[in-house]
Amino acid sequence: MILSEKTQKKILAEKNKYPQPKTAILPALYAVYEEFGYLSNETMKETGELLNIPFLEIVEVASFYTMFPKKPTGKYFLQVCTNLSCALLGAEDLVKHLEEKLKVKTGQVTPDGVFSIGRVECLGSCGTAPMLQVNNLHFQEDLTKEKVDKLLEELKKS
Amino acid sequence: MTKIVFKNIDKPEQYKIENYIKNGGYQGLAKTLKEYKPADIIEMVKKSGLRGRGGAGFPTGLKWGFIPKDSKKPKYLCVNADESEPGTFKDREIMEKDPHISIEGAIIASYAIGANVCFYYIRGEFVLCAQRIQKAIEEAYDKGYLGKNILGSGYNLDMYLYRGAGAYICGEETALLESLEGKRGLARVKPPFPAVEGLYKSPTVVNNVETLANVPDIVLKGADWFLSIGTAKSPGTKIFSLSGHINKPGNYELDMGTPLRHLIYDLGGGIKDNRKLKAIIPGGPSVPILTEEHLDVKLDFESLVQAGTMLGSGGVIVMDETTCMVKTALILMNFFKHESCGKCTPCREGTVWLYDILYRLEHGEGKKEDIDLLLKVCENIGGRTICALGDAAIVPVQSTIKYFREEYIAHVENRGCLTPFKFQLN
Ligand SMILES: Cc1cc2nc3c(=O)[nH]c(=O)nc-3n(C[C@H](O)[C@H](O)[C@H](O)COP(=O)(O)O)c2cc1C
Ligand code: FES
Repeated sequence: MILSEKTQKKILAEKNKYPQPKTAILPALYAVYEEFGYLSNETMKETGELLNIPFLEIVEVASFYTMFPKKPTGKYFLQVCTNLSCALLGAEDLVKHLEEKLKVKTGQVTPDGVFSIGRVECLGSCGTAPMLQVNNLHFQEDLTKEKVDKLLEELKKS
Repeated sequence: MTKIVFKNIDKPEQYKIENYIKNGGYQGLAKTLKEYKPADIIEMVKKSGLRGRGGAGFPTGLKWGFIPKDSKKPKYLCVNADESEPGTFKDREIMEKDPHISIEGAIIASYAIGANVCFYYIRGEFVLCAQRIQKAIEEAYDKGYLGKNILGSGYNLDMYLYRGAGAYICGEETALLESLEGKRGLARVKPPFPAVEGLYKSPTVVNNVETLANVPDIVLKGADWFLSIGTAKSPGTKIFSLSGHINKPGNYELDMGTPLRHLIYDLGGGIKDNRKLKAIIPGGPSVPILTEEHLDVKLDFESLVQAGTMLGSGGVIVMDETTCMVKTALILMNFFKHESCGKCTPCREGTVWLYDILYRLEHGEGKKEDIDLLLKVCENIGGRTICALGDAAIVPVQSTIKYFREEYIAHVENRGCLTPFKFQLN
């Protein structure tokens, strides 16, 4: 299997946890996403095998949910919220600033594979707008150009 | 102002169970199990007049009462923590800072409806919330508030944290149930309502985080106490999330019936840079906008309906004079188009049409007829979809045209936007 043993164990732990087996699909996909940062046909096939659920049902579910990228992103996937409250406080400027700094457009990955930029809908940080999210994990809020530049430097180093 | 949900929100490390208990937590549950039968709790919540805080405002006790008592099927409670209505971030603060208050409410609700399994469904992006809730659930098991024979009462309840994965529609209660069943989050045709056929075809109640967070105090202090807060028809408090062009954004718990002006100017510190107010979305973009003339409207279910809008989720978005209303509608339509689950044609196709028309207006390619065309497309979506997402999607278009039609016309006459969003990143 391509899935690491740790991920396989996680998926099997979800398998019989819920009143009905298909409820385990999303938690299992989370385990795959955490290992690879995206879902591929191969990893979804293996997920289906572990859960005894047909591959097509896994794909059907996975394709609905936007949090699981279906192709590799940069090591750090920066998603800028461009919904209203963030837009009112400069979100478009933030996207432009990132594109200029990283010399890639939204949806692209930097040649070294470290960064990619995306847009995302409201993440519930409207009171601390504008904001971006790193890898569906960390929120960076109350952003200014200076803060963004510092964040990029820190991420480059890590 | 009374604080119910936020009474301990700023106490240090309130998210830890020791502190929650030290500050009076889990007494509502203890009282419930010691003194009341499930039916008593339903009666008490009915009497309190508590209404859903997730957007629709449905009476909570009534909803619980719809669960059939003679059904042999298992019953389920689902906590709706999908919080994705733009401009809304109140449930996030509850989960991050005082997770146990919602869990205690959920346990009481589960007991009232006879559920032995509860799902706590959190939107996937709320990572810290998920960590706090997961930890809180484990702590509650350790202390005997969850699991078998809770506090020696003979009542059993298991609670599972479940993470969504980026879909606004999964906040709609039937789409949430589909998602929990391991399917695409498509809204279901109602009836059957979840109370009859919900999760795994069994009787189910879906409640918002804030709604449930009100329950422990209602049990402890009584329905009459709750009724004494707020207005006669909208008792209690509501948390408003304030954002946009405002000096002090954030969450504010207010007695129902507090004037909008008080929130914007006294608590929110007024409009950024002393600019003029232009428009306010009072309860998330699914509800019609208000303008300066509405500043004295009271924030409760009835008063907001009277003013032509709704309480919605309590997400208050403030826009100053520099804000283009066509652009505002365009941004929101981009959201609704992206989030339509695709099941109903009017919503799936209509939101794309509306987006395209708004786009050409904003970018100087609009025609005069486009304004009426927008309204016509709206008419063909409203009331013709399975869930309320379709009805919500047309609201920003209809209400911005209602108050700012001349601005739409100006976009046609000037071949584009004269007031692009001014705010720049510092
Ligand atoms: C498109 C759509 C999105 C919704 N999103 C949420 C949400 O994120 N959180 C929520 O509590 N209710 C949401 N609702 C309302 C739920 O369908 C449901 O009314 C609510 O969870 C019931 O709980 P309550 O009675 O405690 O408010 C949404 C409704 C629609 C139509
Ligand atoms: S609008 Fe950006 S986080 Fe809500």
